Amino acid sequence: MSRETGAASTPILIRHRPAWRERIDRSAPVWVLAAAALVLLILLPLAWLGYMSVQGEGGFTLAQYARVFADPRLQRALWNTVVLALWSGVIAVAIGAPMAWLTARTDLPWSRAIRSLVMASFVTPPFLGAFAWVMLAGPNAGYLNKLYRSLTGAEEPLFNIFTMTGLIFVVALYTFPYVYIMIANTLGLIASDLEEAAAILGAHRLQVALTVTLPMVLPAILSGFILAVLQALALFGSPAILALPAGFHTITTQVWALFQYPPKIEMAAACSVPLLLSTALLLLVQKKLLGRRGYASVGGKGGQRRVIPLGAWRYPALAGCLAVLACAVFLPYSVLARAAFSRAWAEPLSWENFTLANWSFTFLYSATQSAIVNTLELGVLTACVGAALAALLAYITTRKLVVGHQVLAFLTLAPVVIPGIVLAVALFIAYTRPPFLLYGTLWILFIAYLTKEMPVGYSQSDATFRGIHPELEEAGRILGAGRLRVLGEITAPLAKSGIIATWCFIFIGVIRELSASIILFTPSTKVMSVVIFDLKEEGQFGAIAVLGLFMLLMTFVVVALMQSLLGRDVMGARSSSSAG
Amino acid sequence: MTRCRAVALVLILAGFFAGRPGLAQDTRVEAARKEGKVVWYTSLALSSAEKIAKLFEAEYPGIKVEVQRTGSQRILQRVMQELQANIKNVDVIHTSDAGHYVLLKDKKLLMKYTPAGVERFPASFKDKDGYHYGLRATVNVIAYNTKAVSASDAPKTWKDLLDPRWKGKLVTAHPGYSGVTATHVLALVNLYGWDYFKQLAQNRPMLVQSAVDPSTVVASGERAVAANGGDYTFYQMKKKGNPVAIVFPKEGVPLVVSPTAITAFAPHPNAAKLFTDFIFSRPIQQVLADSEGLYTGHPDVSYPADQPKLSELKLLQVDAEELEKRNEEIKTRFVEFFGA
Repeated sequence: MSRETGAASTPILIRHRPAWRERIDRSAPVWVLAAAALVLLILLPLAWLGYMSVQGEGGFTLAQYARVFADPRLQRALWNTVVLALWSGVIAVAIGAPMAWLTARTDLPWSRAIRSLVMASFVTPPFLGAFAWVMLAGPNAGYLNKLYRSLTGAEEPLFNIFTMTGLIFVVALYTFPYVYIMIANTLGLIASDLEEAAAILGAHRLQVALTVTLPMVLPAILSGFILAVLQALALFGSPAILALPAGFHTITTQVWALFQYPPKIEMAAACSVPLLLSTALLLLVQKKLLGRRGYASVGGKGGQRRVIPLGAWRYPALAGCLAVLACAVFLPYSVLARAAFSRAWAEPLSWENFTLANWSFTFLYSATQSAIVNTLELGVLTACVGAALAALLAYITTRKLVVGHQVLAFLTLAPVVIPGIVLAVALFIAYTRPPFLLYGTLWILFIAYLTKEMPVGYSQSDATFRGIHPELEEAGRILGAGRLRVLGEITAPLAKSGIIATWCFIFIGVIRELSASIILFTPSTKVMSVVIFDLKEEGQFGAIAVLGLFMLLMTFVVVALMQSLLGRDVMGARSSSSAG
Repeated sequence: MTRCRAVALVLILAGFFAGRPGLAQDTRVEAARKEGKVVWYTSLALSSAEKIAKLFEAEYPGIKVEVQRTGSQRILQRVMQELQANIKNVDVIHTSDAGHYVLLKDKKLLMKYTPAGVERFPASFKDKDGYHYGLRATVNVIAYNTKAVSASDAPKTWKDLLDPRWKGKLVTAHPGYSGVTATHVLALVNLYGWDYFKQLAQNRPMLVQSAVDPSTVVASGERAVAANGGDYTFYQMKKKGNPVAIVFPKEGVPLVVSPTAITAFAPHPNAAKLFTDFIFSRPIQQVLADSEGLYTGHPDVSYPADQPKLSELKLLQVDAEELEKRNEEIKTRFVEFFGA
């Protein structure tokens, strides 16, 4: 069927190539392999999840589902998750979309620096951000609240981070970069021709933005929103740090609690399946809303992008961006740095309070050293395999190369709706028995990370390949090149920076992964995020700050290396060279 | 200062072991050294656990201690999860939930081993069948931040914490994480019934996980009063100069004796035995008392002058069997009242 589709669009090809080559396309095995990998990574754990959810003492049962929907505590956890995810998504769009437009299209001062700082916020593990915000906005000891009290003499805190509002705030701070990147990339791809045409025809600047630019980036906004919602849904660390102390659960922390001894894995599975179905529905809605409109806006043609002058709004806009970045980056890093060098984080800065002991304590802790090595190994390995796989899959699905490519796309995106912790338990069950005895090795973490990062990797690659109009490839094939040659000589160079971006995305995702690791680690396969979470449960602020800062430094160094080795500025808006 | 102390300790230890029958000890050490390391799942506060590990490594070069510190309940979860996957990783298990050892012994997961020198320990530190022994003990106390609460205003009894004036000012550790806290909850339930915790929950305490964490929360001033927590963690905070004061409530303090045992499947059995002997030796038990503020079962250990003796305190004791049996009830009802 795929051959027929191909034949329909390139009829010339059929006539000039021998029939046997048509039947056995050399690239076919590659597609088959990729699809098989996907089935193993995603279908197998999902099957386990479904199986566990209906598995009772005496075989098949729906009792778990009945209990999930009857238990008011589980219902509340589900509801909390919905509230958290939707509000985080809305706020992420409200922050991310304007900032993307400002930095990509206008004469906003320092726009490059702002872009880098958004990336810094993206790289920040949400649990580390949440942890920093405990020090900033804890109702009594938080710096900001103490400052507020001393300025106003008020009794009540300005802001209590241990609330649903606080949780949404922190989660939005670290999910808005998803929206930002999505939109900044799209804006970078759209040439200004249409906007200029509208301007020439007499449209006002705002009118242009609303009637021309906005419709063009709407799919990106919607995709960004959905990605942000799904990220917020699956988060474990931030709710564990901010919601549990306040005495409320989200579905992820609830599922995690269900795994404590004696484990209730079936209940956890039954909690997750409705979640999975509803997020699948969300993706379906997105598809319906976007419809069949094509947004391929880069072809072989070059596009000029004109800078829009902000006029009097330049500095207010800058102030707005800086305020967001202060909350996401400046303030959290300042308190982390402070805590890393303090004996007691809540005490004033002074020589008596200054210490280097946190550093030696952290790095002498035997678990830390092996965790650093494990994390790096897993990060690089997963990023390499994941970027390659994501590129391949995105290519297959955007070019509709196999039968059922929609199913493939859905499956690739599906893990985003599985809380990492649920995926982890599914993997735990699947890979603790023959023939795959992987628990206790780094491989089980590798599989978990790969599965978990596929949606992000795939979305990034998908955007990349969507941006490369098939007409270029068709031209190559019409001229007689095979699909692999077209891939190597036309598509790959165009997609290069996108693929490197995917690599970085996956690497960052792995470094900060917590929710699957927390179930799948064994002492010999501990990763840094797990060590940080352990330290958090014991209240070791200094050591967490040290390890957190080190983790970020490590991430920045690796990402910077990748960028300087293989391309430039791949994490921000795409460089214009990739379009031309 | 601490380095000098460590060196001195090593010297004392060297003397201590040099005085023992040499040959048997040599072959034991040799066998342990071949194994190369001992894996220790421990609920002892990380800094304390690391200190002991470093002392052991200094005493026996070539044998590493792999410290895996987490909460008691997490340790049990990890051990069970690993066994289900047929992974045999842990040599020595040390938690603060005596109930765990009832369970582990029942499941035949412990090795029978009596550490050298525990004969003189009190009965409450010893398993009559010889599988596990109490490495250390602590009591649950109330503590408060002296900057936020004056000594006269501070709560004096467990019941005082139920006063609405503490609303939003308390912090409690979690029995789903901490064995010290699970023991505490059962002791107070036996004293006052579940109603006590139902009322305590009305004061909306901040929930933390480890029984070590209330001390950091109170020290930072995030909450004024800790509704529970290991006495030794507050003691250490106070020693470091934090504004923390400890209250031993009149009704009595829940005693937590934290056992340690070698697993039946220990991959490094010789190193595990050597390590177990080491941690029950007088010098190490003294370290636990001196620098960590813990109580021990060793009759020759002396305690800091600024700490009450165990014998001076009114202790609330909990039966290990009961702790095992009611483990799930404790976790479930606590979550029911406190929300998470």
